[in-house]
Amino acid sequence: MKSTLRVALVGNPNTGKSTIFNALTGLNQKVGNFPGVTVDKKSGLCKLPDGKQVEIIDLPGTYSLYPKSADETIVFEVLSNPDNSSHPDLVVIVADATNLKRNLLLYTQIADLKLPVIIALNMMDQAEKGNIEIDINALASRLNVPVVALAARKSIGLDELKSAISYSTNIPLQHATIDVESIAPELIKAVSKKLKIDNPYVALQIVHQHENLKYISKENSFWIEEQEKIHDFHPQKAQATETIARYNFINEVLLDTVVYTSVALEENISNKIDHYLTHKVWGFVIFFLILFAIFQSIFAWSEYPMMLIETVFVWLAELGHTYLPAGVFTDLLIDGVLAGLSGVMVFIPQIALLFAFISVLEDTGYMARVTFMMDKLMRKVGLSGKSVVPLIGGLACAVPSIMSARTIENWKDRIITIMVTPLVSCSARLPIYTLLISLVVPSKLVLGFINLQGLVLMLMYLLSIVMAILVAWVMKIIIKSNLKSYFIMELPVYRMPRWNNVALTMFGSIKTFVTEAGKVIVAVSIVLWVLASYGPGDRIEKIDQKYSSSEMISQYTEEEINILKSSEKLENSYAGIVGKFIEPSIEPLGFDWKIGISLITSFAAREVFVGTMATLYSVDGDDSEMEPVRNKMAQARNAKTGTLVFTTATAFSLMVFYAFAMQCMSTMAVVYRETKQWRWPIIQFFYMLVLAYGASFIVYNLLK
Amino acid sequence: MKLSQLAIGQQGIIKEFTDLEMSVKLMEMGCLPGEAVKVERIAPLGDPIAVTVSGYQLSLRKREASTIELI
Repeated sequence: MKSTLRVALVGNPNTGKSTIFNALTGLNQKVGNFPGVTVDKKSGLCKLPDGKQVEIIDLPGTYSLYPKSADETIVFEVLSNPDNSSHPDLVVIVADATNLKRNLLLYTQIADLKLPVIIALNMMDQAEKGNIEIDINALASRLNVPVVALAARKSIGLDELKSAISYSTNIPLQHATIDVESIAPELIKAVSKKLKIDNPYVALQIVHQHENLKYISKENSFWIEEQEKIHDFHPQKAQATETIARYNFINEVLLDTVVYTSVALEENISNKIDHYLTHKVWGFVIFFLILFAIFQSIFAWSEYPMMLIETVFVWLAELGHTYLPAGVFTDLLIDGVLAGLSGVMVFIPQIALLFAFISVLEDTGYMARVTFMMDKLMRKVGLSGKSVVPLIGGLACAVPSIMSARTIENWKDRIITIMVTPLVSCSARLPIYTLLISLVVPSKLVLGFINLQGLVLMLMYLLSIVMAILVAWVMKIIIKSNLKSYFIMELPVYRMPRWNNVALTMFGSIKTFVTEAGKVIVAVSIVLWVLASYGPGDRIEKIDQKYSSSEMISQYTEEEINILKSSEKLENSYAGIVGKFIEPSIEPLGFDWKIGISLITSFAAREVFVGTMATLYSVDGDDSEMEPVRNKMAQARNAKTGTLVFTTATAFSLMVFYAFAMQCMSTMAVVYRETKQWRWPIIQFFYMLVLAYGASFIVYNLLK
Repeated sequence: MKLSQLAIGQQGIIKEFTDLEMSVKLMEMGCLPGEAVKVERIAPLGDPIAVTVSGYQLSLRKREASTIELI
């Protein structure tokens, strides 16, 4: 006997299922994984009025047990397999009272799995406004199931739902809905006998879904395949027969329990709003204005918290240097781990804001309209209307954007979106662009009012978007998929955003980002620190000796010695040696070994570039002291040829390289996390490297 | 008459589906034979379309709408 009751929330999308989940669990929730699959599992604890605690699991929203996206497959898997670690003792089916007919389809399917169920009839306030009268008691007695009326957004009915959960029995009492056996009598009998299943609907669903179910062995799957042929079973015909039978049952139920007197009011208001928001001209104008406002806010509002985070990390580093004993361990902790972490943590404000804005756009129902407007355009290049959201988010940061691609049902559309999103120029490329542009592009006005430097910067952003679209188009041709792409999507009515939902989304995105991407960043920054601090043999010690000689001390100030020493150390470290080693391969792009080191050190994160350049060109500084770095870089000459290192050709070549190359460990970690396969981040890394190399080569040779 | 042939504001009653795979997906979304369906608007670039069916709004591509035969 299990100690806590496990309750699964199931329901159509847009029924307020997550509002109910958040209301029941509050901050007491966590995101994990369902065993063996890529789907996020949201679960949390809820305290019932009688003092008992129950575990609530939020299953992905779905219109039916027949899955349409990867996320939805998990619903039947969990509900049908008693051995699954998430298998619930009770199912709460959240249904939208304003659209009961379609919502009850899922109820009838789950009822036939013979699990104890409760119906949570949400949006009762909207139904009343729309003059839909539902006789709750009649519905409950007709189905023989507890029915709780809710208006979750207004926190009405939540206590009643909790009571209903605590009074629930562990015996399924609901009346039968349709005659399942008549759909495929012989086949259901055979499968039930072979797999020892006593529920005909579970058997029928297994016949439909056996290939995707983790608990069906290969042999059994093969055997079912054979049986389908023997009994001449046609899955789609069977599903159509079943669906029609279910709707006949639902119509009978609704006839006795629901009175419609007119169309829903909210629908009419939504229609009026849509008249403007999806207008031929105004629709796009409003969309771009909203985007513009979002990006302005992301940059403006995150400035202060980002500064604060940086200050805290600087303070921590100083604290560490002051109080920890000097030595290798302290160096590793502070220059390796802490420096690496601070590079990631400064992005938290931007990520949290981007997620907050996206969740507001989704919550209000506007995002569905954007995908509606953009679908045709995006489909031409192998993406879906739903790819617009991650691509736009990519301008801020690819990490949360790739996470937001989850809403794309079609596997191919989603993979292509994930693969091209990092090409869109993110905020980490901005310091590199500005540094290099200020080096080679004169600050003058063209046509009397356009700043040339600003123009070049804008062109870099445009170039990145054009490239993302081109690559998507190529991948559309390469990637094979037998899944039909379709776009049957509910346009939910417009609603006010739920601020507590937005806050929880922000909180969740930060938590996921810090734990998942943080792990990788810490590991890589340790490796990079070791490679940049140590060299083969006794090279590093010799440099130390050289600079501690009295001759050196008399010639230079202490500060100059430190700068010279760290520069020479870097040159002789493993990273420096690698830089020298790869120099021949990057020479055709116009890069020398020092740029080579920057390319390597900024593999973990692009923003490291400016810092590395600063060290290499013997300036102790960071972004705030860009001026001196710029001057040193402008004067830097190639040791062999004596020519300037940063010519226009080299600078542009370098910018293009940074625009296209995958130099972001966080992105690679999140691509792995989202696809659960190493092949995708690896393919992404190499295609982007090839693209970056090729484009840089062309740019360098054109401008040379 | 197919659903894809209706102009904005026009409505019809669903008779049958010409594509079996599409039909099960559409039925799950409440597009059933006998249901009234009304075209509310067409996306700015001409595709997809938005229709009202069984009390809510659904958007679908024209190719998908062309599998729905109306009475």
